[in-house]
Amino acid sequence: MGDVSGDDGAVRTTDAAPPVGTRPSGHDPDERGHFGPYGGRFVPEALVAALDELHAEYEKARVDPAFVDELRGLLRDYTGRPSPLTDAPRFGEHAGGARILLKREDLNHTGSHKINNVLGQALLTRRMGKTRVIAETGAGQHGVATATACALFGLDCTVYMGEVDTRRQALNVARMRLLGAEVIPVRTGSATLKDAINEALRDWVTNVADTHYLLGTVAGPHPFPVMVRDFHRVIGLEAREQVLERTGRLPEAVAACVGGGSNAIGAFHAFLDDPGVRLVGLEPGGEGLETGRHGATLTAGSPGALHGAMSYLLQDEDGQTQETHSISAGLDYPGVGPEHSWLKDTGRAEYRTVTDAEAMDAFQLLCRTEGIIPAIESAHALAGALTLGRELGEGAVVLVNLSGRGDKDVDTAARWFGLLPGEDA
Amino acid sequence: MDRLDSLFASCRAERRAALVGYLPAGYPTAADSAALLGEMVAGGCDLVEIGVPYSDPVMDGPTIQSAADTALRAGFRLRDVFSLVESVTTAGGRAVVMTYWNPVHRYGVDAFARDLAAAGGLGVITPDLIPDEAEPWLSASDAHDLDRIFLVSPSSTEQRIAMTTKASRGFVYATAVMGVTGARDQVGSDAPGLVRRTRQHTDLPVGVGLGVRSGAQAAEIAGFADAVIVGSAFVARAGGDQERARSEVRSLAEELAAGVRGQVS
Repeated sequence: MGDVSGDDGAVRTTDAAPPVGTRPSGHDPDERGHFGPYGGRFVPEALVAALDELHAEYEKARVDPAFVDELRGLLRDYTGRPSPLTDAPRFGEHAGGARILLKREDLNHTGSHKINNVLGQALLTRRMGKTRVIAETGAGQHGVATATACALFGLDCTVYMGEVDTRRQALNVARMRLLGAEVIPVRTGSATLKDAINEALRDWVTNVADTHYLLGTVAGPHPFPVMVRDFHRVIGLEAREQVLERTGRLPEAVAACVGGGSNAIGAFHAFLDDPGVRLVGLEPGGEGLETGRHGATLTAGSPGALHGAMSYLLQDEDGQTQETHSISAGLDYPGVGPEHSWLKDTGRAEYRTVTDAEAMDAFQLLCRTEGIIPAIESAHALAGALTLGRELGEGAVVLVNLSGRGDKDVDTAARWFGLLPGEDA
Repeated sequence: MDRLDSLFASCRAERRAALVGYLPAGYPTAADSAALLGEMVAGGCDLVEIGVPYSDPVMDGPTIQSAADTALRAGFRLRDVFSLVESVTTAGGRAVVMTYWNPVHRYGVDAFARDLAAAGGLGVITPDLIPDEAEPWLSASDAHDLDRIFLVSPSSTEQRIAMTTKASRGFVYATAVMGVTGARDQVGSDAPGLVRRTRQHTDLPVGVGLGVRSGAQAAEIAGFADAVIVGSAFVARAGGDQERARSEVRSLAEELAAGVRGQVS
């Protein structure tokens, strides 16, 4: 990616071709998709043939130079990768003087990390000869990215979105429709991301012959957790090089928000074999763990099967999925990707919670200290970095995955801070 | 002969298909569902499938989703399913449970099998558990002598049908269409082919479900399958005024029971 060269210390970026993370990594699950006791396939038999087809196609594609080169070209020329690494010194003053480095996934085309995975799966959809794509979305970022890729590849696109989320992320609904996607509001259950996934699975069971389910996170049945992870590994692969180049060493910690866990796994993965680097996932603490109104699956949940995989889950004593709450639509989910469950149990990663209020404080702080409006999801990682920085002390390097930009959240933030016309600020 | 074998043997002796009726436990309330299950048995269901209401039923269409919601809001608890099973068996009926996997996982697979067997239940239908992930259930169902009914689908490969039927006991559940539960006007055109393919791999009885709602459809399916499975059509009649619901559930069971005997009015 880049070279430090010459005695003058000048940094010359030589070749901007982003790394593609699909090559088998040594951290792959077993052949049936198990990460320890987690993962696997808890799905209707009707979907198994499609999952087998997808798995076989991915296994071929991930090592096929033509596929990898095409994806690399899209990541560079369409997404705009590599994404920059930004020093955030004024923000870092509030983090005990730690050096905060922001991995700018918010600057990707469509405004978040979600496009990394979507482009990979869109290429696979075309390889499989399928013409229709369905997707679920919470905050709308995955839906927008999917609608974008479908426009680019000429695929028919249907996005399921909880009705509650269509209201709090209305701008993204309009974006998806502008891009030619059909957005179907889901009114069942809690009318949020979990119910959108249920509805997408029902569609897939019915239309699996011509339809690919372009799942947007590292959850779901095998091969989704490993495949989606691989498409996001580019985040950490780039960031690791960039941090080394910038600071001459590895970071003390990597912080990322965790809903389903896709941006976090993408950021963590390149550091798994660096034992000195702490991997810290920040879960939505909502109104506080003690209130029960949160989405802190790994912190407060227990193992169970939801949406096709065994993983930590927020459930009651009868195994019914519990309702969650987060100010962030993208983190408002009672499950989590199975590899995170495994990383938690093995102790390689640690998971903490950030409340709505803490996230919104960090959101505002980044706006005012660095001139960057983050997604509220990513603000959870920023809040975690403030605490980590104070714990690690001055000069510690904390890499934060800034997974998305906050344009979609301006309405929510304006209400939170009382900034709308007619309200006293 | 135990479990479901004796049922299918007697149906074969009568040269007819078995009638299997489904209702969610606790719908619209626990007491109502016990009475409704009684009507199904009295109306001619050879076997009742007692569904466990679940928060995320991805194989179910709107009718059963809504019934599950109602039952959960009315306070259904998983343990209630055992007393419903017992009410069916003490009344002389036969019962299996149909459940998504997480409630069983959470209860404890062996404990669930133990308590179901103690209540007189004969087996479990598992719409989102495939044999690939079923090791704990294979052991528990052996230990407690329960049948295990896995599903095959029109999209299943020969290899998967072979593997799934090998893991099954009691009967095999063939889903007639690609899709979720819900009454449909026509029997899925994939159904006869799927039953034929399944029979190439097993001597187990093959039941057909998804979308059956009338005596005529039951008769059609009885022409090529060993059991006719009816769900949403019963559920659609089970809500509202319970006197009317019991009567409608009873008369649907009677219509379908005539259908599986080839008697279509």
